[in-house]
Amino acid sequence: MSTTAVTSPIDEVKSTPWSGGKEPFSVEYGKMMMWFFLLSDAFTFSSLLIAYGALRFSSTSWPAADHIFQSVPLTSIEHGAPLVFVGIMTFILIMSSVTMVLGVEAGHRGAKKEVAWWLVATVIGGFMFLGCQALEWSHLFAEGFGWGKIPEHLDHFFPHGVEPSAVYTQQFANLFFTITGFHGFHVFSGVIINIIILINVLAGTYERRGSYLMVEKVGLYWHFVDLVWVFVFTFFYLV
Amino acid sequence: MSETKHTELHHDEHGEHAGMTRGKIWQVFFILLGITVIEFFIALYMVPRGIIGLNVANPIYIILTLAKAFYIVAFFMHLKFEKVGLVYSILVPTLFIIGLILVLTNESHHWVDVLR
Repeated sequence: MSTTAVTSPIDEVKSTPWSGGKEPFSVEYGKMMMWFFLLSDAFTFSSLLIAYGALRFSSTSWPAADHIFQSVPLTSIEHGAPLVFVGIMTFILIMSSVTMVLGVEAGHRGAKKEVAWWLVATVIGGFMFLGCQALEWSHLFAEGFGWGKIPEHLDHFFPHGVEPSAVYTQQFANLFFTITGFHGFHVFSGVIINIIILINVLAGTYERRGSYLMVEKVGLYWHFVDLVWVFVFTFFYLV
Repeated sequence: MSETKHTELHHDEHGEHAGMTRGKIWQVFFILLGITVIEFFIALYMVPRGIIGLNVANPIYIILTLAKAFYIVAFFMHLKFEKVGLVYSILVPTLFIIGLILVLTNESHHWVDVLR
């Protein structure tokens, strides 16, 4: 009893998260590193998008998104359906993010079968998105767009009363294919990683390990891809 | 010794994830979907009919986009339920992005003046 009374405040053992002997972040190493990787990837995507913004702010006119994206591939709609196709793409990607997070949730309960099915759904969503992007790109290529290439007649890509500009249309085309291409490459990597994780789930690797934390880490990457799309969608299709 | 540490970690892991149930996941999904629908409503109905101008619509798009980003990062990526140290170590560096935006938008206005 008497020994506790003589302890002065300076001798007390501190018990805050940062006073040693504890994990202040309380996350596994790989998960923390995934977060920092995603932070660095966020810088890369921001640099691309901010470069796009800077070029667009410095332009005197810019092709209007709802004039360029008017068609729905695989249907007979060639004109008059602005942004419908990208709406479908956005829905697919948000949906695949939901199936991923449901897979992570099933992993916390250790439900192997459920994790596997949700991962299958996520992979299918990823392939659907990539397929949509391939259709949209090939449609734009058919119209004459490409890296360093623009169609001959530009009038209908600009709003009424705006002087069409070949220089700014070219900047738009280069930025569009570079940024959506970089994002599509991330989606493709994500799908491949998801397939690898799915194989591991089916092989029982995480069941033996006693934790489906790996699904969660891959899930972080997948949500990040969705997050980037939210910004790409706003700045290329809406603004 | 190491075994007790392992079970402790495992226990922590489970304690943290109490925040995300299936109901909550679907709730966040419908919020994201709803925000996207609002964006389309503005882009395809309100702007073409001149109800609001682009100078009003664009800031609304950006605010709605940031709201979507918040829901994805906080709930789907689970950052809201992590330790505060991790949250800040991810969020504070993104201030650099805002810095780059400010610098380059300023610079691009200068280019406009030069080009004209």
